[in-house]
Amino acid sequence: MRAMSDRGAAPPDDIPIVLAVEGTHGPVVHGLNRAARLAGIEEGARVTDMRAFCPDLRVEYADVAGDTATLNRLMLWARRWCPWSVVDGPRGLILDTTGSDHLWGGEAAMLEDMEAQFSTLGLTAQLSVAPTWGAAWGLARFGPVRSISHDPARDLAALPVTALRLNSATLLLLNRLGLKAIGALAEIPRATLARRFARADFGANPLLRLDQALGRLAEPVSSREELPHFRVQSRLAEPIQDPTPYLPELCEELCAVMTKAGFGCRALRLVIYRTDGEVSHVQVATAQPSRDAAHLARLFEGKLERINPGFGFDLITLEAPQAEEIQVAQIRLDKKLDEEMALSRLIDRLSARLGSRAVTRPLAQESHMPERALGWRGALSDTAELVRPQIKERPLRLLETPEEVRVLYAVPEGPPAQFMWRKQTHKVARYAGPERIAPEWWRDRPGSRLRDYFKVEAACGKRLWLYREGLHEDGRGGDPRWFVHGFFG
Amino acid sequence: MSWTAAPTTLRRLKTRTAPKPLLTSSLSDMFLDVAWDAAGIGFLLSRLPDGPGPVLWVQDRVSRIETGVPYVPGMGDISVLRVAVNRPVDALWAMEEGLRCAGLRAVVGEVWGDPPVLSFTATKRLAMRAEASGVPCWLMRRAAIANLSAARDRWRVGALPSARFTLDPQAPGAPRWQAELFRSRHAQPGTWVATYDRAKDRVDLAAKLPDGAVDAGDVGSRGRATG
Repeated sequence: MRAMSDRGAAPPDDIPIVLAVEGTHGPVVHGLNRAARLAGIEEGARVTDMRAFCPDLRVEYADVAGDTATLNRLMLWARRWCPWSVVDGPRGLILDTTGSDHLWGGEAAMLEDMEAQFSTLGLTAQLSVAPTWGAAWGLARFGPVRSISHDPARDLAALPVTALRLNSATLLLLNRLGLKAIGALAEIPRATLARRFARADFGANPLLRLDQALGRLAEPVSSREELPHFRVQSRLAEPIQDPTPYLPELCEELCAVMTKAGFGCRALRLVIYRTDGEVSHVQVATAQPSRDAAHLARLFEGKLERINPGFGFDLITLEAPQAEEIQVAQIRLDKKLDEEMALSRLIDRLSARLGSRAVTRPLAQESHMPERALGWRGALSDTAELVRPQIKERPLRLLETPEEVRVLYAVPEGPPAQFMWRKQTHKVARYAGPERIAPEWWRDRPGSRLRDYFKVEAACGKRLWLYREGLHEDGRGGDPRWFVHGFFG
Repeated sequence: MSWTAAPTTLRRLKTRTAPKPLLTSSLSDMFLDVAWDAAGIGFLLSRLPDGPGPVLWVQDRVSRIETGVPYVPGMGDISVLRVAVNRPVDALWAMEEGLRCAGLRAVVGEVWGDPPVLSFTATKRLAMRAEASGVPCWLMRRAAIANLSAARDRWRVGALPSARFTLDPQAPGAPRWQAELFRSRHAQPGTWVATYDRAKDRVDLAAKLPDGAVDAGDVGSRGRATG
C-alpha cells in the first residue's frame, strides 16, 4: 500500500512536479508525480540535472517530518479496516487484513473502499492485497492497479527485481548479472545465491527478500498499540466568562479516568470553545506523570486570565495530550518518596508560572572551556545528574559574558600588576596560575585564541578569575586582551 | 540548620564560653559591600546543612548580569535547581513556593537593590514559611541598604586577604571572610573572621581581635540584639 501526499491545493496531474530535500550537493528529488516520472525524472537525482531535460519542472520543498507525522496518524486511521497496521518505510502502510476482508464484502470491494476513503482525504493510494508483506510491497508499487494476489510466486515473476525492497548497490549488481525480473532470479539454484550473498543482510540479500516475498520466511506485522486519549468536557447551559469554578471538577473527572487506566499525564490542555466560534487553549506540563487533581488544578493558577473569553464560552474540555503509565508507589516510612514527589511538583509549579526555560538544572558537558563545561537544561525534561567538581579549582560564579579589563600596569609574566575593571582600579596582591585552556578546534571559529587563566587576589582580598586571550605574536590578532570571567569565594 | 547539628563551630579568641545554638532554619539575609564579590556565596555554601536535596537558587535579572550565575563545578557536591526570573516579585514568589517543599536543602534568593516588593511583610512571609517547613532560606542583598526586615539573622559579609598558602607564598591560600552578624534573634551580634575547611566541612569563626564590644556582652541573652 502506498500513499503519496500532495499537500495543500493539489496541482494538476499534467504538470511535472517534484518534492526536493537538501542533499550533499544541492537539492535532490525526494518525491515526484506521474507527469514527472513520465518525463524521465528519477528519485534521488539532483534537481539541477533534472531541470536540464525538463525545463518546466516545478520544484517544491518536501516537509519530511510533517509527512512522517501524517503517516503515523494515517496508520492509526487505517485501523478502520483491520485491527493491525504498521508504517512501512517513509511512504507506505501495511495492514494485516487477515480475517477482516469479508466484513467489507471481499478483498476487491475492500480495496475499492480504501481507495475511495483515501481520495476523500486528498491522497492517491496504490493498493494491493497479497499473502506476504514483501509481495504486497512489490505489487503495490510495480504491479497492476488494485492487484489481488493469491500465488505470489506467479504474480511476482514478471515484476522487475526493484520490487524486492533491495538497496541500490544490490540492484546494480543484479542488473550487471543480467537478472532483471524476479522470475529470473527465482530460477537460479538456491545454493548458488546463498553462497554468493552469504553474509549480506536483508537489504542486500536477494535470496532472503525473495523468501520473504514468497512466504518462506516469516515477516509478521507487529502493530503498535494506540495510546489512550484522555479527555473530559463540561457543557454549560449558558455562556460564561470565567472557567475557574469548573476547573477542579474537570481535573477530578480526568484524574478518575486516568486512575482507572493506570495512567498519569505529563501535559494538560484546557480548551475553551467560545460562542462566536473561536477556540483558545492553555497548556501546562509536569515533570513526572501525575494524576493528582488538586496539583493539576493549581498549575493553571494565573494562566486563565490570559484567556480572552469574548462574549463567553459554553464548552470547556480538559485533555491530556501526553500521558504515561505510572506505577502506584508505596509511601515509605521515612517519607523519602514524599520529598521526591514534592520536588517534582515544585518544578511543575515554577515552570507553569515562570516558563519552562526559567527553571533549569545543571548538566555536565564534555568540554574544557569553562562556559561550555556546564550546560543548563530545563528541569521539566528529565532528572539531571550531579555535576562533579573538577580537579582544578573553579570559581563559584561565572559571568555569562566575560568582561574586558583595562591593563594599567603590565608585567612580563603573570597577570597585570594593576588593572581597571568596572571603573575601579584593582591592585594584584597574589595570584595562582596560569592554567592554559586551548580552543576547541572542532567547535570554535578558526582564529580563536587560547586562554591563560589566573586566580587573582586583589589587595582588598577579593578573588577574581582573570584570563588572557592569546599570546604575543601568536599570529591571531594584535596584543592579547584580559578578561574577568568569574569570582572565587 | 542549627549550629549544633551541622559540623560547624563558632570560636571566639578571648572568651572560652561555648556559644549557644545560634539559629534554626529560618530566613537570614546577607548584605554584600561589593556586589560582584563572591565571598558571601562562599560563606553561605559553607553553612548549608547536609542533605540530599537540591538548593533552589533564584536570581533576578540584574543580579545575573552584574554578578554572573552559579558555577556548579566550583561548588562541591551541591545539586542546584536554578530559577532565572526577570522581576524581583517573581523571585520572591519562587522563593515562597520553594519554601513549601520539604525536599529542598535550602532556598537562596538574590534580589538586586531595594525593590518596593521586598517589604517587611514579604520578608516576614519568607521567614514564617521557612520556619514552618524547616528549610533554611538565604536572601542575598546587593546594592541595598539594611532597612526593616523580618530576617532572623542579618549578616554583612566581605572578603579578607586569604590565608598563607604554604606551598607557594605568591598564591592565594584558603579563603577568609569577614562576617558581621549585625542583628540576630538568637545570638550575640559580632564580627568574626571566618575560615572554611572544605575537607572537614567546618567553618571556624574567630573574633576579630580588637573587638572589645563583643566580648563585654558575651554572656547569656543579656545583650540580645533587637530584631
